[in-house]
Amino acid sequence: MDHRRVPRAVIDPKVRQVLVVTPPIPRPSHPRPARLRRRPPLRPIPVPTPTLTLTLTSPLRRRRRDAALVPVGSYNPSEPLLGTPPMTSPSSRADADLNFSDDAPSPPWIGRTGGGKVASSFPGSSGEMMAAAKNLPKSDLTTASVVKTLPGVSETNKGALVEMQADGIGATGSQKQKTTKAERRAIQEAQRAAKAAAKEAGGVKSAAASTGEVLAASKQAKAVKSPSQKKDGPQVTAPVSSSEKKVGDRLPEKDRKKDVPHPRMQFDDINRVEKAKRRAVVNQSEARNRVELFRHLPQYEHGTQLPDLEAKFFHLDPLHPSVYKVGLQYLSGDIHGGNARCIAMLLAFREAINDYSTPPKKSLVRDLTAKVSSYVSFLIECRPLSISMGNAIRFLKNRIAKLPHTMSELEAKSSLQSDIDRFINEKIVLADKIIVRHAFAKIRDGDVLLTYGSSSVVEMMLVYAHEQGKQFRVVIVDSRPKLEGQALLHRLVKKGLNCTYTHINAVSYIMHEVTRVFLGASSILSNGTVYSRVGTACVAMVAHSFRVPVLICCEAYKFHERVQLDSICSNELGDPDVIAKVSGRKDLNHLSNCVDNENLQLLNLMYDVTPSDYVSMIITDYGMLPPTSVPVIVREYRREQLWI
Amino acid sequence: MPYTNQAASLIDAVRAVGEQMIAANPVELAVGNIVRRVLHIIREEDLSSTTTAIEGLGLSDDDVDGDENEDHPALSAAVLAAAARSTLRAPSLQTLLEDIPVSAAAPPNSSSGGDSEGRSKSAEKSSRSRKLKHDVIEAMNELIQDIDTCHEQISEQAVEHIHQNEVILTLGRSRTVKEFLYAAKEKKRSFRVFVAEGAPRYQGHVLAKELVAKGLQTTVITDSAVFAMISRVNMVIVGAHAIMANGGVVAPVGINMVALAAQKHAVPFVVVAGSHKLCPLYPHNPEVLLNELKSPSDLLDFGEFSDCMDFGIQGGSPLLHVVNPTFDYIPPKLVSLFITDTGGHNPSYIYRLIADYYSADDLVVQGKSTS
Repeated sequence: MDHRRVPRAVIDPKVRQVLVVTPPIPRPSHPRPARLRRRPPLRPIPVPTPTLTLTLTSPLRRRRRDAALVPVGSYNPSEPLLGTPPMTSPSSRADADLNFSDDAPSPPWIGRTGGGKVASSFPGSSGEMMAAAKNLPKSDLTTASVVKTLPGVSETNKGALVEMQADGIGATGSQKQKTTKAERRAIQEAQRAAKAAAKEAGGVKSAAASTGEVLAASKQAKAVKSPSQKKDGPQVTAPVSSSEKKVGDRLPEKDRKKDVPHPRMQFDDINRVEKAKRRAVVNQSEARNRVELFRHLPQYEHGTQLPDLEAKFFHLDPLHPSVYKVGLQYLSGDIHGGNARCIAMLLAFREAINDYSTPPKKSLVRDLTAKVSSYVSFLIECRPLSISMGNAIRFLKNRIAKLPHTMSELEAKSSLQSDIDRFINEKIVLADKIIVRHAFAKIRDGDVLLTYGSSSVVEMMLVYAHEQGKQFRVVIVDSRPKLEGQALLHRLVKKGLNCTYTHINAVSYIMHEVTRVFLGASSILSNGTVYSRVGTACVAMVAHSFRVPVLICCEAYKFHERVQLDSICSNELGDPDVIAKVSGRKDLNHLSNCVDNENLQLLNLMYDVTPSDYVSMIITDYGMLPPTSVPVIVREYRREQLWI
Repeated sequence: MPYTNQAASLIDAVRAVGEQMIAANPVELAVGNIVRRVLHIIREEDLSSTTTAIEGLGLSDDDVDGDENEDHPALSAAVLAAAARSTLRAPSLQTLLEDIPVSAAAPPNSSSGGDSEGRSKSAEKSSRSRKLKHDVIEAMNELIQDIDTCHEQISEQAVEHIHQNEVILTLGRSRTVKEFLYAAKEKKRSFRVFVAEGAPRYQGHVLAKELVAKGLQTTVITDSAVFAMISRVNMVIVGAHAIMANGGVVAPVGINMVALAAQKHAVPFVVVAGSHKLCPLYPHNPEVLLNELKSPSDLLDFGEFSDCMDFGIQGGSPLLHVVNPTFDYIPPKLVSLFITDTGGHNPSYIYRLIADYYSADDLVVQGKSTS
C-alpha cells in the first residue's frame, strides 16, 4: 500500500506564508520509524501576533529534531521566572497524563516498565534513540490496565512507542515514511491513547492502581509502591450502588483497532474501584447517594480525607513534603483556579527535583519519571487534575525523558528546573500578558462587560483596561456553591471599577444592558467546546440569545485534543453537602434532615461544557481565534511545546 | 334602566375597590385578574338576565307569573327596551353618552316613586337587582371554587404527560408543579426529578424535601448546572407567576435560562398554572415593568462589603450595584404547552381564553369619574 504513495516534498499550496519562515533543515536520512501517515507535511502556520516586543517569536514549527536543542522560540532557558507566585505546587500526579507523544516514560498503569528505556522492538523503529522507547512485554500489557481499558494492549503500546519515536524525531518532516497498514493503525492507536490519557479531570485513580501493579515489573516499583504500602487497610465503605460491570465499557480486543479514545478510570466498575482503593494513599470513602448519571466519576465523601492525610504527613517518605503540602492545599480548596493549581504544582515539582538524588544503580531519567508519576497519582487522589495541570505534567515528563544520558545529575536537575521556570514564564505569565493586550483592544468606552465567576485572566484584563483609562462597567455574575464572584467583586471594587453584582438566575435580566461577555476557561477542547466552571454555558447561551458577543480568554497551554459533547461524559463532582447548606443563611436548612434519605441526591458539578456556537472568539497568546481553530493550534503548536 | 343602573353601579363599585387593590401591588397580576373576572361576571350576568327578560317580554302576554309585568307592562317594556339597548349594543359613543343620563335619571325616578306604582316599581327593581346580585354572587362562588380546585384539575392531566422512566426538571418551587408530580406518582408512574434550587430564595430545597417525602427520586442541582443537566432531561415543568395575553410567561427568576436551554436541546417546556393567572394585558418591557427588585442582602452580606461602599471615589456615585430581580419573562415561542385547569393549550390559544374570561372594557381598571 505504501508503494502507492510518494513521499511528498512539495509545499502545501493552501498554506500561505505571511511571516518569513526559515527553510526547514533537511532531516538526516536515517531509517525512520514507522510514521503515522496521516496528514500533509506540517508547515508553519503563521499566526500574526500584534506588535509586541517579546522574546517570544511566533511559534513556528521547526522540522528539525534535535534531541538537545529543540529551539521552538527564542526563550532563554535561564530567563528568570517573572513573578510566579510562591505557591507550593501541588504535585498532581498525572497518571492520566500519559506522555506518549514523546518517548516519555509511560505511566505505569499501562503496564509499561516504569521509565524503562529499552530500544523498541518495533520493526523499523531504529533511528534516534528516544529516551523512553519501551519494550512492552505483551503479557504485561494485558494485565496492566486494571482501571483503564487500554484498547489494543500491546499494539497500542507498540504503536505508542512508534508514535513517540515518530514524534520524538520531530514530527512530519518534509518526507513521508512509508508505513505499513498495521503500523499506521498502531500509531493511531497509540496517538489516541496518548492524547486521551493525557488529561482528565474525571479523576484517574487508575494511576495509583496501575502504579502498584505494573511497577511490580519494573525496578522503580519500590518508589511508587511505598505509598500504596503505607496505606492502611482501605477504609472502604461499600459502594452504595452496586455496579454491574458494563459490558459495553470494556472494549473487546477487536475494538482495539477502532478509533476509540482512551477511557479513563471507570468508577462504575466495582473491581477496578476496589483495586484502585487498595493502592491509594488517600482514604476515600464513597459518597452516599451517588447520582446515577455520574456513576462513572468518583463521588467521595469530603471532609474525611484531610485529617487522615495530615496524620500521615511524616510517614509518607517517598512523597516530597512540598508535594504533600500542595496536595493538602488542593484538598482543602486553598488553591483553586487552573493557573494557580498548575503553577503551584510545577513549583512543588521543582523543589522535589531540587532535592532529588538518584539512587545508586538507577537511571536518573527512569527513576525521576517514576517519582513524578507517583506524585501525580497522589495529587489526583487529593483532587482530580485539571487539564492545564495534565498538559504541564506531560511537558515535564517529556523534558525528563529528553535529558541526554551524558548529563551529570546536577546538570540534569538544573536543566529541569530551568525548564519548569521557562514553562511557567512563557506559557502562563507571558501568555496572560499577551491575552490581556489582545482583549484590551476589544473594549470600547461605554461598554458594559459581563464576566462569570472568577477568572484570573479576565480579572487581569479588566484591571489593565481600567488602568489604561477606558470607561466601562463590569457586571459580575456569580453562582452557588462556590460564590467565587464575590472575591472578584471585592478586588475590582477596591481598584475602583464600577461593578454590578448579581446571581446567575438574573442573567436574563441583566443581559439587556450588556455589550460584551468575557469568560475564562479551564480548557478548550478540540471540537471547539469550552470546558469551564459550571454555569458558563448558561451565561454564554443567554448572551447568544441576546446577540451579545462572547469572548473566551484562555492560554494556549490549556488546549487539549480531547473532544466532549456534553457535560456528563466527564466532569468533576464536588462536595454534595455544600448544596444542602447555604452559607450565610442559617434559616435555610430544609434539607439538613433528609440528607440521608435514599431518594435524595445532591449533585455538585464543578465544570460544564459550552458548545462552540455560543462562542464568538477565543483570545489566546497565539492571537484571537474562532473556536474552530483550536484543533489547529493543538496540532501545530502542541508538538512544539513538547519539544521544548 | 334599573337593570343598567344596577349593573353599572355594581361595576363602578367593584372598579373602585379593584383600582385600589391593583395599585397596592401592580406586580401581583392575579389581583387584577380577579377584579377583571368579577367585572366580566357582572357584565355577563347582566347580559344574560337582560336577554332572558327580553325573551320574557316577548312572551309576557301569555305569561301568568311575574305580576310585575302585568302590573306595568308598558313600563317594563320601556325599561327592558332601554336596558336591552344599552347592554346588548356594542359600546359606542352614543351608548357611553347615554349611560350617564340614564344613571343620572335613575335616582329621580326612584325617588319620585311614592305611590303604588312607585312601590311596585321599586319592588320590581329590587327584585331584579336581587336577582342580578344573586346571580353575580353565585358566579363568584363558582370562581372561588374554581380557584380552589385548580390544582386538582391540573393534576388530573398529569398522567397524560408523564410516562415511565421520565426525567423531569424544575426550578424553584411551585405548588401546582408539586401537585402535578404527586398525581403522577399516585398513578404509579416512575420518574426522577431534578430540582434546581432557585437562588436566592432556595425554594427548590423545600420542593425537594416534599418530593423526597413522597418517595420520588430527587436530585438537587444548582442553577448553574441547568445547562449541563438538561441534555439528560425529558421534560421541563415549571409554574408561573402570570400568563400574559400573548402567551408570554412571567415566572420566578431563572426560568428564562431554563427555557432557553430547553429550546436548545429540544426538551418540551411545560408551564402549569391555574386560569386565575391568565392576565389580559400584553407585556411591554416586562423585565422592568412587571418585575420587582428585592433586597441585595440575599446575595451579599453587607458586613463583608461595607468597605466597598465607599462613595468618595467616583464623585459620590456608588461603585457597587447589586441586582436582585424576582421575576423573569419568557417569550411565548419558548413555551411548548400550557396546562391549565381547562386543559392543555398552545401559547397561541391564550388570547381566546382571555376573551372567555375577560371583557374588553375592563382592561383598564379605573374608577369611573362621576359626572
